Amino acid sequence: MSAATAVAAVMVLAITLYACTGLADHGAGIWDLTAGGRDRGRRPRSLIDNAITPVWEANHVWLIYLLVLCWTAFGSAFASIMTTLFVPLAFALLGIVLRAAGFAMSKDAARARVRHLAGWVFGVGSFLTPFWLGTAVGAVVTGRVPTGGWVTPTALLVGVLTVAIGAYVSAVYLLAEAHRTGMPDLIGYFRTRAYLAGGLGALLGVAAAIALRADEKQMYDRLLSRGWPLLIVSVLALTASFLLANGTRVWRLRLVSAAGVAALVWAWAVAQYPYLLPFSLTVSAGAAPAATLHWLLIWFVAALVLVIPALVLLFWLDQRGELHEESAKSLGQVVTDPKGVGHRGQ
Amino acid sequence: MNPPVLAVPAQLLPAREQMAFTLIFHIVFVPFGVALPTMMLIANYKGLRRNDSVALRLARRWSHAAGLLFAVGAASGTVLSFEMGLLWPGLTGRFGEVFGLPFAIEGLGFFLEAILVAVYIFGWRRMRPWTHFWLGLPIPFVALAGAFSIISANAWMNQPAGFELGPNGEITAVDPLSAIFNDALWYELLHFVLAAYMAAAFTLASIYVVGWLRGRRDRYHRLGILIPLTIGAVLTPIQFVVGDLAAVAVFEDQPAKFAAMEVVTTSGTDQPEVLYGIYDSATNTVRGGISIPGLDSLLAGNSVDTYVPGLDQYPDAKPSNVTIVHWAFDTMAGIGTVLLLLAFWFGVAYWRKRDVPGNRVFLWFAASAGVLTYIAVECGWIVTEVGRQPWIVYNIMRTEDAVTDTAAGTLWISFTVILLLYLSLAAGTIGVLRAMSRRWRASDRTEDEDAVYGPRPEVLR
Repeated sequence: MSAATAVAAVMVLAITLYACTGLADHGAGIWDLTAGGRDRGRRPRSLIDNAITPVWEANHVWLIYLLVLCWTAFGSAFASIMTTLFVPLAFALLGIVLRAAGFAMSKDAARARVRHLAGWVFGVGSFLTPFWLGTAVGAVVTGRVPTGGWVTPTALLVGVLTVAIGAYVSAVYLLAEAHRTGMPDLIGYFRTRAYLAGGLGALLGVAAAIALRADEKQMYDRLLSRGWPLLIVSVLALTASFLLANGTRVWRLRLVSAAGVAALVWAWAVAQYPYLLPFSLTVSAGAAPAATLHWLLIWFVAALVLVIPALVLLFWLDQRGELHEESAKSLGQVVTDPKGVGHRGQ
Repeated sequence: MNPPVLAVPAQLLPAREQMAFTLIFHIVFVPFGVALPTMMLIANYKGLRRNDSVALRLARRWSHAAGLLFAVGAASGTVLSFEMGLLWPGLTGRFGEVFGLPFAIEGLGFFLEAILVAVYIFGWRRMRPWTHFWLGLPIPFVALAGAFSIISANAWMNQPAGFELGPNGEITAVDPLSAIFNDALWYELLHFVLAAYMAAAFTLASIYVVGWLRGRRDRYHRLGILIPLTIGAVLTPIQFVVGDLAAVAVFEDQPAKFAAMEVVTTSGTDQPEVLYGIYDSATNTVRGGISIPGLDSLLAGNSVDTYVPGLDQYPDAKPSNVTIVHWAFDTMAGIGTVLLLLAFWFGVAYWRKRDVPGNRVFLWFAASAGVLTYIAVECGWIVTEVGRQPWIVYNIMRTEDAVTDTAAGTLWISFTVILLLYLSLAAGTIGVLRAMSRRWRASDRTEDEDAVYGPRPEVLR
């Protein structure tokens, strides 16, 4: 494997991790938006809030990684993507700022109206970002960079599909959270939403594939001819996660649904390889000089050594319930002491 | 390699305005990301070591403020990384392979900081106290690594290194390590880190000084003043020396920027130091201002005979807003001098009484120090960035060659939207900080917050 391909693989990994984590946080924002009035939505919102607050920043970083990797390793492709897709990417950015504004405002619990507005801003941002990021991906897939004319049915469908994927994965994670924190009524609540988003996602996936066939036949053929094993894995895993949503094995459920999303991303990557921008620029032609690529790979190894233990620590503490200091207060009286909690340091 | 004067594209102005505005906003959060964790850990250590519940309460509250500011800073930082491509594709597209690596390191630092901050903030109630402290201890170092990498990338724009240009302007012989450790790195980094610590320290102290002035003279406020003010007072004299070294280095590395900072119009020796005044680029003269004979040459080269190149040497590569650069520089240096005074006053007064000085003039002075340092930080950034114009990469690439070719109208719209959104972000952040402080003050009356570790007391459930 050449250094350029290796860096491209690292980028695919970053996209995968963002799809499995950051995108799910956006999905949670959508469930927050649609949770209903103040009384009805209180419990799901508390669960969502508790689930994403400690981890969302870590989940968000993959997107920044991706940008930085792209401009360092594939500067010319980065410049054409940013120039051609200025509008969708500016909208995605808008969503990111809205989410932050909503996050900042929502912590001011004193005034209900502010809180309501904050939730709304947060939810709209949660919809905008994945939709426009997905649209940008769809535009790249259909070969619209750098020739322009990114408004294609495929691009827009991939945008909606991205939203649905985030919504599905987050519903699955939240249903697992409901198991872990012992809130049985919310298990069914999020299971229904998972089925809804999953079903919609499946339809959108088929629609996007049909649109791709019309927009960029060559890419469609490559997706089927080279990506089919991964597509099958993806479909199987997502179907399995549908079935597992009924049970109590929450870790297996989370991993299987994440694997389904990952396989979908990889199917795209395999279909597009060796092109960075189909079908005008290959990975090797668009890559930075070897010195830069080698340092990026060294950096990646260093990042693995440093980040993985920290990330494991974060999720481990999170799942042990060590990072939920306000939970008892914000979830009301319903919560009994979560079983997962070991000691309580004095 | 560069045509002498290009027609300036219409999108340059909105692109520069948007970048400037988002950076000015982002910089507000940076000192807290870099320095607040240190102060919170000092308070935490003090609290654990001496079994001091007041220090622990401070540490806990500072960590919550740090978490919020870090989150908002993360969002505005994301905006900046998008803007690097959306507004300046010419820069990232062409030079990303040379100076992109520091950003990758920053991504790593940011990632670790996000994880550790989350663990620290959300871990107060349930973790063992010392475990919790040790998990927080890497945060200041990770934050420094992040500052190092961003400053490295910026220093590279001022002193580009680590590559060669071929006959057609193509980039050859890339050496990312020399790009990272470029000549401007050491002084920009030192100057910035000290500024960040000072800004966070003086701002934090000034909050408690205001409470002190309003009569809340308890141990809680005393510690809240003494911990950060000591840090600020110790660093200010160091910054004074480093700032001078940085100015001399800029004089050597970027004479055009130095000429703008000190508004030196005509090259020569025995240059006067001009305080403020308005620069007229048509006639290359300065109107108004206070002139101190010989001082500028003296500061640049330790002798009045030092030859200082003037703005007359850069007819088509003159910093576009000399007056802005010059005023920003004078304001920064002036505030630095005033803070030096504050630091000495505090040092002497504390040495004599071992307490917060009681003098009301001192207290008013200390209460305004936070805002002053922030003005200085923003001014310092203006000097660095506006002073480098018209170059985005000094002497290599002009800013108008890096700007996107997206229509100016689109850029004005995106700038307006960003402006409005950031206002709501700022309002939200200030609102939360105020709500936090109100809540804290209310709980101070019930005293139950003394139990920093362990589960929340029943009364609050």
